[in-house]
Amino acid sequence: MSALPTQIGALAQRSITRTARQPASAIPPLVFPVVLMLLNAGGLHASTKLPGFPTDSFLAFALAVPFIQGALFSTMNAGTDLARDIQTGFFSRLSLTPVRGSALLAGQLAGIVTLGVLQAIFYILAGLILGVRFASGPAGVALLLVYAALVALGFGALGSFLALRTGSGESIQGLFPALFVFLFISSMNTPRNLIAVDWFRFLATANPVSYLIECVRSLIITGWDAEALALGFGIALVLALISLAAAVWALGQRLERT
Amino acid sequence: MSEAPERDNSIVVEKLVREFRKGPRAVDGIDLYVAPGEIYGFLGPNGAGKSTTVLMLTTLLPPTAGTARVGGYDVRKEGPKVRSVIGAALQEAALDPLLTGRDHLRLQTMLQAIPRAERKPRQDELLERVGLTEAADRKVRGYSGGMKRRLDLALALVHRPSILFLDEPTTGLDPQSRTALWAEVARLARDDNVTVFLTTQYLEEADVLADRVGIIDHGTIVAEGTPAALKAEIGRPSIHVIPCNDGDRPRIKGLLDGFGEPFGDGHDLAVRLREGVGMADVIRAMDTDGLVVDDVELRAPTLDDVFLAKTGRTLEGAAESKDGAAAP
Repeated sequence: MSALPTQIGALAQRSITRTARQPASAIPPLVFPVVLMLLNAGGLHASTKLPGFPTDSFLAFALAVPFIQGALFSTMNAGTDLARDIQTGFFSRLSLTPVRGSALLAGQLAGIVTLGVLQAIFYILAGLILGVRFASGPAGVALLLVYAALVALGFGALGSFLALRTGSGESIQGLFPALFVFLFISSMNTPRNLIAVDWFRFLATANPVSYLIECVRSLIITGWDAEALALGFGIALVLALISLAAAVWALGQRLERT
Repeated sequence: MSEAPERDNSIVVEKLVREFRKGPRAVDGIDLYVAPGEIYGFLGPNGAGKSTTVLMLTTLLPPTAGTARVGGYDVRKEGPKVRSVIGAALQEAALDPLLTGRDHLRLQTMLQAIPRAERKPRQDELLERVGLTEAADRKVRGYSGGMKRRLDLALALVHRPSILFLDEPTTGLDPQSRTALWAEVARLARDDNVTVFLTTQYLEEADVLADRVGIIDHGTIVAEGTPAALKAEIGRPSIHVIPCNDGDRPRIKGLLDGFGEPFGDGHDLAVRLREGVGMADVIRAMDTDGLVVDDVELRAPTLDDVFLAKTGRTLEGAAESKDGAAAP
């Protein structure tokens, strides 16, 4: 039997263990997005009175945002962990084992995806406790977990690519605010059709993060919206494929072993 | 540089070169042979090319030119096969501070494809061997430098390699930890017939541990042989005098020059003794001339003397004068 699944499992387990043993990096991706959501829900509740607003619960509207914020945190964690491995020589230690390059990356990403799904479960539970009901029902919740895994894979691979290219945790952390800008110029707080400022609506419409959020939002508020799901899953898939390809290429460049 | 023995060597290197784009030739056409079960000490100052050589021999860095066979496999063309027969503890123990010692061994046994039933016994055996059984379930961030190095060695041994690369394994360790590591490395070579390629900048380490020593400077091997043979090559012992009065230095220097070649950095009152003269002759001459001294010391040649004779610098001085442009 191939050793590949064992190797991937071992590396994924390490990634999860590391995160679990670092409360300082494990808790913020869980807590901050929920706190931000609660603050927004408190301050922007009046938005639900706007004609055409899709729900009368701003909490239900805002619950989609933590999923993407959490994924951005995952990007940073995946990147900084891998960059630290490169800086400390742990990456060289792994390179000296028979483990394949693909397993090195897959193991790291398997850990990130697992953590991404656990994060999503936390947000779903937080939403349910706060009274949000999922219009798409249990099947929609299950699909949301699949979506969370796909988004975590995409952002995790992006973080790995950045780490492999720069080899520096500081560089990854420096890029984090830039990634957050995409979140703020999206439809995170207002439906795109209700954004009154033309340039902002244009940016939000051009910003793929808007569609990632709207996919989650559709499962919570609308039920089964084929267009929103297709756009969200499509963009998440393209992001994952591009990031993975970039990460595999960067791994080849970094891994000089013969 | 050295004669190829008749039997196959564990490590065979011919005209190995590594150039970096923005730096000098870190390794400049070295040849070396290491026999099975031998401990080969690769001695040189920082930046001499030791670690770059290890990276090439462990397949982590492709050579620019030349050939190297490790365990019978070509490092350039048969990387996975080379990695299957080697273990390596590279410079600075590369450990995850958040994992325990046992976590590290568990990960390593899985990545090295050790059969499931053998993993736990192998982990326990290695923890016992390096004296980390009690600390096995503590996170590595709480380990001392010596404990980290011992764990590093255990990880390198997980898959029972026949060749072990140790890159400056005792740098920064206290004398007790250093001695313990030397004992384990010597045991591996003696009892398990493991070939050990050990880089070091410590003369004592090479002297005590290595069967043979290669001295590298600026990417080339400047001397190679057993420590005893290298020191014998330098030949005669040196005599070092500390005068009672500084005013006597010129007279003492003149007297010493009559017994051999001036030695050291020019400030020392020291000569390498000529054949046929001994310490007693020097003392008698100083007594006759009425020279009073604080101390007279006869020193046998050291590997540092070998380095000095071959490069014109001491190892310590070479490390200090390193310009930092050399490769890792």
